[in-house]
Amino acid sequence: MLFTSYAFLGFLLVLIPAYYLVPKRGQQPLLLAASYLFYAAAGPKYLLYILATTCTVYAAARLIEDNALRQKAYVKAHKEKLSREERKAYQNGQKRIRFRWAALCLLLNLGILAVVKYANFVIANLNAAVSAFGGGEPLSFVTLALPMGISFYTFQAIGYLVDVYRGAVPAERNLFRFGLFIAFFPQLVQGPISRFGDLSKTLGQPHGYDAKQVSFGLQRMLWGYFKKMVIADRVLAGVSTIIGDPGTYNGAYAAVGMLLYTLELYADFTGGIDITIGIAEALGVTVQENFHRPYFSKSLKEYWRRWHISMCSWFRDYIFYPVSTSKPMQRTAKFFRKRFGERAGKRVPVYLSTFTVWLATGIWHGASWNFIVWGLANWAVLMASEELEPLYKKFHDRFHVDGKLWYKIFQVGRTFLLVCALNIFDCYSSLKDTFSVFASLLTVNNWHILWDGSLLDLGLTPLDYAILAAGTILMLTVSLTQRTGQIRPRIAAKPYPIRFITWYGLFLIILLAGAYGVGYDASQFIYNQF
Amino acid sequence: MTETSRMGRFVKIAVSAVIILVSLFLLQRLLTPKYVDDVVEGAFVAEYYEEEKDHDLIFIGDCEVYENFSPAVLWQDYGINSYIRGSAEQYIWQSYYLLEDTLRYETPDVVVFNVQSLQFNESQREAYNRMSLEGMEWSPSKVKAIFASMKDSENFLDYVFPILRYHSRWSDLGASDLEYLFKKKPVSFNGYYMRVDVRPAENVPEGRPLADYRFGANAWSYLVKIADLCEANGIELILIKAPSLYPYWYEEWDAQVRDFAQERGLRYLNFLELGPEIGVDYSTDTYDGGLHMNLSGAEKLSHYMGALLREEIGLPDRRGEEALSAVWEEKLAAYEAEKLAQYEYYGMDVE
Repeated sequence: MLFTSYAFLGFLLVLIPAYYLVPKRGQQPLLLAASYLFYAAAGPKYLLYILATTCTVYAAARLIEDNALRQKAYVKAHKEKLSREERKAYQNGQKRIRFRWAALCLLLNLGILAVVKYANFVIANLNAAVSAFGGGEPLSFVTLALPMGISFYTFQAIGYLVDVYRGAVPAERNLFRFGLFIAFFPQLVQGPISRFGDLSKTLGQPHGYDAKQVSFGLQRMLWGYFKKMVIADRVLAGVSTIIGDPGTYNGAYAAVGMLLYTLELYADFTGGIDITIGIAEALGVTVQENFHRPYFSKSLKEYWRRWHISMCSWFRDYIFYPVSTSKPMQRTAKFFRKRFGERAGKRVPVYLSTFTVWLATGIWHGASWNFIVWGLANWAVLMASEELEPLYKKFHDRFHVDGKLWYKIFQVGRTFLLVCALNIFDCYSSLKDTFSVFASLLTVNNWHILWDGSLLDLGLTPLDYAILAAGTILMLTVSLTQRTGQIRPRIAAKPYPIRFITWYGLFLIILLAGAYGVGYDASQFIYNQF
Repeated sequence: MTETSRMGRFVKIAVSAVIILVSLFLLQRLLTPKYVDDVVEGAFVAEYYEEEKDHDLIFIGDCEVYENFSPAVLWQDYGINSYIRGSAEQYIWQSYYLLEDTLRYETPDVVVFNVQSLQFNESQREAYNRMSLEGMEWSPSKVKAIFASMKDSENFLDYVFPILRYHSRWSDLGASDLEYLFKKKPVSFNGYYMRVDVRPAENVPEGRPLADYRFGANAWSYLVKIADLCEANGIELILIKAPSLYPYWYEEWDAQVRDFAQERGLRYLNFLELGPEIGVDYSTDTYDGGLHMNLSGAEKLSHYMGALLREEIGLPDRRGEEALSAVWEEKLAAYEAEKLAQYEYYGMDVE
C-alpha cells in the first residue's frame, strides 16, 4: 500500500477517526491491527518476517532483563556470603549468558536480513570469483522477495535489544505493545529508525482527540505529499532517462542527472518522512525528525549530522562506539601509539571504526558494490577532511573568511556539489557505468545540451521544468524560513482566511500539479526497499 | 465556548466547505474533456440521456455502427425511431452494459449489435474506456462496466472523480473548455457521426494469419449475455458485421458468429458479403479508405436496414405521431444543415 495510493488514503480516512472514537484502551490494539493490515497489503507472507523479528527480539530482551534482575536479586540476597571475587565471577557468568542470548538473537535477525537482502549479491560475487578461476557450475540465484522496510524494522529491533542488554531501557513486558513499536505502520516504509526509549513515550500512551495536533499532522502530510508527488515523481522521468542509458547520456547529461537525482532523492525521502511524521502526529505519536535542512550543511561531516539523522545516530551508537571501544581496537591503538606515536594511536582507531561504520552504511543501503563504494567514498572524503582540518584553519585565519556570508554560501554550495557527486554511486547499477559517467564529466564536451533544447528530450516538458523550478524555490524558501523555527505554528497564528488559502492552495497544487494517475509512472519511495 | 464563537466556528467551516466543494466541482468541469471540437466520439454516449426515450431500434457497438447507419434516414424514409449507442472501440462488455443501461429507460423492439468487437478479450486502451464509460449516467450498469473495462493502470476512483484523471489537463485547456463548461452542443445525430468526404479504399491489407481464431472466452461470454438479455426482454437481436474492410474480419470468426446466430435463432447480417447487393462502392462510400462509411455509404446501409426492419420484422411507421414527428423535424433540419456545411467545407457538390 503506497503512501500515494488511494487505498492508503482510504485506510487513513477510516483509521484516524476510528482511533479517536474507540475507547482509549483500544487505541493500541487498533494501531497494531492497522499496522499488520498495512504490512500484509504488501503480501501476507511478509508478516511472517516481521512477526519472527518481533517475537525473537521480545523474548530475548525479556530473558536478558530477567537474568539481569535475577543477578541483582541474587547479589543482594548473598551480599554477606559472597566474596568480591565470587561476586565478580558470578556476575561475569551471568553477563556471558545475557551476551549469548543477545548474540543469538542478533545473529538470527541479521541472518534473516542477510539472506533476503544479500544472498543473491553474495552468490553473484561467488560465481564471478569461481568463473575468474575457471571454476565449474555457477550457483543458482535464490528467489526471495525483499519484505518491505526490513532494514528499518530490523535495525530498530536490534537497537532496542542492545539498549536492553546495556540496561539503557527496560524490556517491554507487553508483547503487543512491543509489536506495535516494531510494526508502527507510518515508519515501516522508510523509517526513521526510532529508539524504543523515544517512541514508546507517546506510542504507548492513550490519546484524546486534539484538533490542533491532528490538523498539524495533516498539514505536515500535505507538505510531504507536495514534495513527493509534485517534485520527486515529476523529476523521475528525466532521471530515469539519463540513468537508463549511461552510454548516451554522459558528460553534461550526467551533470544534469546528478542534480535532478539529488532533487528527486531529497523530495522523495524528506517528503516520505514528512508524511510519516504527519500521520504519527495526527495519531498523537511523536516520531523523531530525520532531517535538519541537510543542504545547508557547510561540510560533509555536518551533512551527515543533518541527513537521515536516525540512521546515522544508529550507526554511531550501535557500531561506531562498540567498535571503537572494543578490546581489539584498544590493542590496535596501543600498537600504533607504541610504533608511530601518540597522534597515530589516536587517529588509527578512529579511521578503522569509521571505516567499519561506512562499510556497514553502504551495505545497509543495498546489495550492490555501488553502495559499498559509495559508503567508502564518503568515508574517504570525511577522513581527508579531518586530516586537512589544520590546513583549513590556517587558510581561514590567514584570509579571515570564517563567518563571512559569501564564504558560508561557498561552503554550502561546495558541500551540495560533493553530495551530488557522491550520489552518482547511488544512481547507477554497476561500478563500470558509474566510473565511466564520472570520467565523462571531464572528458565529454557536450555542454551545448544545456541551451540547445536537448534537455527537452529527457521526458520532461518546459512545463515540467517550470513546475520543478517553482517547487524547488518553494522548498528552499520553506527551509530558509525554518531557520527561525517551525512554520506551521506561525501559519496557525494568522487569520483564518490566510490559513485556509495556504493549506487549501497547497492541496490544489498537489491535485493539479502532482505527477500521479494514468500517464505517470508513479514510483515507490526510493528508501522503500532499503 | 460561547454561543457566538460556536456560531462563528460553524460559519467558518460551512463557508470553507462550500468554497472547497464549489471550486472542486468547477475545476472538474473545466478539466474534463468536452469532446466537442475534436475527438467528438467521446461525447456520443452522454448525448443519449438528452433524448426522449421511446426508440424502436437501438444500435450498440463501436465505430462500425455510429459511422455506418443514419437514424435520420431510418426515420425519414421508414418512420423508424432509432438511436445509436455507439462509441469508439466500444468493447463488447461495454456494449452489454450500455444495453443494460438503456433498458433502465426503454425497451426497444430491436437491438442491432456489431460483432467486430468480439476480437478483443480485454480492454486495449484507457482512452477508449474513457470515451465509452464517462458519458454513462451513474447506475449499477456503469459501475459494472467500469470494473469490466479497467486496465491495471486504471482506478475506479478516477471515474468517480474525473479530476483525478484529468488533473494535469490545465496546460491543454482551450476556449471550448470554458464555452461548454456547463452545457455541450450535440455532436451526433441520434448517435450517428456524419462524414461526407471521400477517400476511396485502395490497397486494403489482408489479415495476418492468427495462431488461434477462437474468440476469447470473456468476449464470447458477453455475446451470450447480450443474447440472453434481449431474449429476457422480448427484444429481437440482430447481429451485424459492418462493411468495414479493416480491421480484417476472418472467415473463421464469421463462422463462429454464424453458428452462434443459428444456434440462438438470431439474424446475422454480414455487410461485407451484402455490400454488392446494397450497392456499397468503396470508391465513393468511405471517407477513410474503407474503414468506415461516409454519409453516402451510411445512407445505403440505412436503406437496406430500414426495408428489412419494416418488411421482415414489421417495425411500425411512426411518422404519423405528431409529437415524435415534431422532434424529428428539428433533428432533420440540423442533419441537413450539417450535411450542407460539410459539403461546403470539403468543396463538394451537393447531391
